[in-house]
Amino acid sequence: MNCIMCPMGCEMTVTLENGRFAGVTGNSCPRGAKYAETEVTDPRRMLTTTVRIKGGLLPLLPVVSAEVLPKGKVADCAAYLRNVTVEAPVQAGDVIVPDILGLGVDIVASRDMEKVND
Amino acid sequence: MELYDVIIIGGGPGGLSAAYSAYRNGAKKILVIERDRELGGILQQCIHNGFGLHHFKEELTGPGYAGRCIALIQDKPEIRALTDTMVLSVSKDKKVTAVNPEKGLFTVEGKTVILTMGCRERTRGAIRTAGERPAGVFTAGAAQRMVNMEGYLPGKKIVILGSGDIGLIMARRMSLEGCKVQAVCEICPYSNGLTRNMVQCLYDFDIPLYLSHTILKIKGRDRVEGVTVAKVDEKMQPVPGTEFDIECDTLLLSVGLIPENELSMAAGVEIAPFTNGPRVDQRRQTNLPGIYAAGNVVHVHDLVDFVSDEAEIAGKFAALEAQGSLTPAVNTVEVSPVNGIRTCVPQVLHLPEGGEPVRLFMRAGAPDRKVTLEVKCGGEVLVKKMLPVVKPSEMVTLDIPAAKTALMHDKITVGLQSK
Ligand SMILES: Cc1cc2nc3c(=O)[nH]c(=O)nc-3n(C[C@H](O)[C@H](O)[C@H](O)COP(=O)(O)OP(=O)(O)OC[C@H]3O[C@@H](n4cnc5c(N)ncnc54)[C@H](O)[C@@H]3O)c2cc1C
Ligand code: SF4
Repeated sequence: MNCIMCPMGCEMTVTLENGRFAGVTGNSCPRGAKYAETEVTDPRRMLTTTVRIKGGLLPLLPVVSAEVLPKGKVADCAAYLRNVTVEAPVQAGDVIVPDILGLGVDIVASRDMEKVND
Repeated sequence: MELYDVIIIGGGPGGLSAAYSAYRNGAKKILVIERDRELGGILQQCIHNGFGLHHFKEELTGPGYAGRCIALIQDKPEIRALTDTMVLSVSKDKKVTAVNPEKGLFTVEGKTVILTMGCRERTRGAIRTAGERPAGVFTAGAAQRMVNMEGYLPGKKIVILGSGDIGLIMARRMSLEGCKVQAVCEICPYSNGLTRNMVQCLYDFDIPLYLSHTILKIKGRDRVEGVTVAKVDEKMQPVPGTEFDIECDTLLLSVGLIPENELSMAAGVEIAPFTNGPRVDQRRQTNLPGIYAAGNVVHVHDLVDFVSDEAEIAGKFAALEAQGSLTPAVNTVEVSPVNGIRTCVPQVLHLPEGGEPVRLFMRAGAPDRKVTLEVKCGGEVLVKKMLPVVKPSEMVTLDIPAAKTALMHDKITVGLQSK
């Protein structure tokens, strides 16, 4: 696997024993080892997507997960958010969906969206 | 005619950072002109995260970064921002003519002007693909705007040409919206995107990447029905017999960005080769006195943080010039990229007595590892920096202290030395 922690992009090989992390080679620094371990045991990702918004300047509001989500759940969260609609006004940082799919992570607004009249 | 200290054309992160910097450096009357309905520039459509780590020391989304920049200029009586206002022309004597629905056509004058119009995407015309002209071919940025701001999908089955970061980010975005991304084709033998984006935008979604491949033909009459792809040789020529078809209803082109310089050229600003943006000095002044430029209009940046850094330089010196407190330059030094460095901004230095700190922004011509970046003057190495890795897609920066610039004369070169 490629380390993504810095532009070096070291090519690393991870050894597993009975499905458990047992070591890594090819990394040039400890950050790579840490990344490799998390990546094979509990890979996580940020999610950025949009929800629908009524009464705002735009029909969509960009949102972001407050923390990383389990990689395997990212697509489900995105699918869930496709059916969410909120109303303007919204401020950056407002919680749009608390504790999404019971994963313990909030989805928050990435930007302000004022209410526009018409 | 209304007179401003600094007039800034374009209200993206470049323009906003320049405005804030001009304000902090004492300008009293600053005008930002933006053609869009709101400030923030292209970042409003880049909803992903990864911005701001350098500049705001915090990881932000595109709209989040734009919001920070907007907040910096809000509620300051010194700074006025006009949106929905298109600049039509700039003259050598710094008169700016613009139009908006409220005022119609109007002209304002600046003691200084900063150009921050950003860049636009290369389109199909710029890359020559055969076939009819069916619906369903978009630039990746146009598709990004549709999906992230306007709320409709360009199609369901997607092929992307070009593996730069915008192409990769769109591959993930379309997948998250429930579309099927069939493939990403890249003519170079390496991807032009960040490793992080390769992993998180392609591998996470099992999207195939065809390196050294290009699209020969777009199939379909009314709507795209598929593309014909072929392998290319070292000279980037298609290899006969390697053609195959991929079915799709949409083709996204992510084949590069070009600085938006129609206004600059009409004003008489000199455009540099390779960067396709104004030739500027270390203060970001163009060949026209009092006209400055910064951000993607000067050269395409991959990190918005560097856009802000560069725009702060332009804002500072424009503000000082407007107040008549610019230290005069006594020494002109040409900057030439050599050995593996393809572009370098600034292209020229106008140095005052005793020198001035200078930051160089460079791009390498090809990927390489373990190289030394050297700044030389008359055969002597003035500054060097070890680089573990260089890629054409990632800008390299180098700071030169004032004392070193004081040693420069006529011409310096910046180049790479392999071990
Ligand atoms: C499609 C796309 C995706 C990108 N994705 C990323 C990314 O993921 N990460 C990243 O770091 N960088 C990304 N970039 C680069 C990004 O452009 C820069 O990081 C940054 O936004 C550039 O700032 P800027 O102010 O120079 O230009 P812009 O943000 O483009 O702002 C220029 C502004 O000038 C305005 N303007 C232009 N002409 C006129 C005129 N005549 N009159 C009035 N206003 C005018 C435009 O409307 C625009 O708002 C992307 C660029 C593009 C094109
Ligand atoms: S292992 Fe260390 S040096 Fe290599 S890419 Fe990862 S962080 Fe960078």
